[in-house]
Amino acid sequence: MNKDTCDAGETIINPYQPEMMRIVRKYDLTSDVRFFQVRPMDPARAMSLCYKPGTFMMISSLGTGEAPISISSSPSRPGLLEFCVRNVGTVTNSLFRLKENDIIGVRGPYGNGFPMEKMKGKDLIFIMGGLGAAPLRSPLLYALDNRDDFGEIYVLHGAKVPGDMLFQKEFFDMTERHDLHTMLTVDKDDTGKWPAKVGLVTTLFKDVKDIDPSNTFAAICGPPVMYRFVIQELLKLSIPKNQILMTLERRMKCGVGKCGHCVVKHIYTCIDGPVFSYWDVLNMKELIY
Amino acid sequence: MRILKLKKKDLKKFLESTSSFGELWTPVKKGERYVFQKAAPKDVDPDVLRTILPLKKFMVPQRFTMFKYDREGYEEQVGKVGNRVVFGAHSCDIAGLNILDKLFRETYPDPYYIERRKKTAIIGVSCMPDKFCFCDETGTDSVDEGFDLFFSEVGSDFYLVWVGSSLGDDLTRNAGGLFDENVSQEDIQKFIDWKKTREKAFKLDIDLTAMPSIYELNLNNKVWDKIGDRCLACGSCSMVCPTCNCYNVTDTVALKEVQGTRDRAWDACTLCEYSLVAGGHNFRATKADRLKLWYTHKLEAFVGAYGKPSCVGCGRCLTNCPVDINVYTVAKTLRGEEVFFK
Repeated sequence: MNKDTCDAGETIINPYQPEMMRIVRKYDLTSDVRFFQVRPMDPARAMSLCYKPGTFMMISSLGTGEAPISISSSPSRPGLLEFCVRNVGTVTNSLFRLKENDIIGVRGPYGNGFPMEKMKGKDLIFIMGGLGAAPLRSPLLYALDNRDDFGEIYVLHGAKVPGDMLFQKEFFDMTERHDLHTMLTVDKDDTGKWPAKVGLVTTLFKDVKDIDPSNTFAAICGPPVMYRFVIQELLKLSIPKNQILMTLERRMKCGVGKCGHCVVKHIYTCIDGPVFSYWDVLNMKELIY
Repeated sequence: MRILKLKKKDLKKFLESTSSFGELWTPVKKGERYVFQKAAPKDVDPDVLRTILPLKKFMVPQRFTMFKYDREGYEEQVGKVGNRVVFGAHSCDIAGLNILDKLFRETYPDPYYIERRKKTAIIGVSCMPDKFCFCDETGTDSVDEGFDLFFSEVGSDFYLVWVGSSLGDDLTRNAGGLFDENVSQEDIQKFIDWKKTREKAFKLDIDLTAMPSIYELNLNNKVWDKIGDRCLACGSCSMVCPTCNCYNVTDTVALKEVQGTRDRAWDACTLCEYSLVAGGHNFRATKADRLKLWYTHKLEAFVGAYGKPSCVGCGRCLTNCPVDINVYTVAKTLRGEEVFFK
């Protein structure tokens, strides 16, 4: 009861301290999204990086500030962290000016991530739109690297136009695999050469057949407009509401449940999220719109 | 808990003795109102009720530097924080600090907060409510933790002093025998009488019963738009609230070389840019949306998470909001009363 207000044992690691990491590789995924591979300066640290798929990190660019960015790599492939950054704000803009071997500040990982343990043995459907492929690539690669642990895997990936599809080669390669169902679509083919489907991502659901709905987890990430329609399709497939997962974005300044910006009721998107179930969302209307 | 007695006439002597721990801060008059300031023991007025800013300013300064950075990386700047003795906090203030403790000392402890919290002795003083106080409704009219010492006025001659921490204990033992261990039956009776008098002194009638459910039921009520139209989005309510802790972080670049500071400053969820993300989407673009966040967080969400509201009934929103949007008027409005438009 009697809390001592002066406890020397309360020494702590500064949770806001960025760790300096090196950009080892970068290339453009689309006209405004760039892929970054980042590695801690210390090789031992690089190999011991530990994170869950679906978590994010706070990335600092010297002199501009910090922004939350989802991890696109999978912990099953240690040594490097991968991020997809869209050039939209001051921090991301300055990240775009950096070259290989430049240094950035990184702290994290933060957030709950996907419940990969619970998802084991289940069928999985990944539904991604636009930049939504960035966070979902992590659990997808994780599932593929541990392929025997999961049932059927469906990947439904949509973009506005062919030039907007992230990791195009990687996903086209996946369409060749026999151990998963990869379906790619664009809203509009402005090139005339698009070899896959044309139409909204929701049109791909008619080919989702070999799943056991009560034993299926779905993971959604995409632009806000996408959620409502995708959720309807998943409900039509009879997937339980608490097995429909989505990863959300909010303004964040701390990542550790302090600064308040990402709060929705008593939920901090940064520590209680960013992965929420549709059931969570139904109970907190503000979460997706 | 150890409870001692101190004669009122010895208060100044006691406060002088605390200088061996740190510098004294206490409410001092500034214009019409009071602010916590560095002061001499002779300037202490234990009867001051409400300061403009609550105790949070001691633990989280309005603006401070978290890191200095250069090409090598980010260097932590917890900084040299001197020891302070804060005299004159009331139970609502301390209850507010206890809520900040949950936030800043538990999951991912915040070193900036903890350093200042450790080096600040909190000495509470009992008070008589004015017409804006409603800590009796929020269950914060007395506190049993969060302070080093708590002085309860009982009768005209002395204080009963609750010793809340080992530092508090040191402060009493260092006072040259001013404190008396012997609390008599008569003193206890005086304390009970004083408690009863205080209970009767609360004038503001604010009904917080079932508030979480009432908020939830009113989430889509058009009355929020009316309150929103009225709000100036000035952020004052957050600045003065003992439990508002939101902050913003900005990097400032020095003019030469690659170096600068990462600074942290108080923020308010009622300000327009609060939920704005890169790309231009604002999750809470309207004032009504932001007010809903402020009030649901205080009176609904926190209750769900911790079993009590994160409002401590200090009355600062009542005395500060230029357009009378406060816990009292909002709670009444959501209960269906026409408060603003009479």
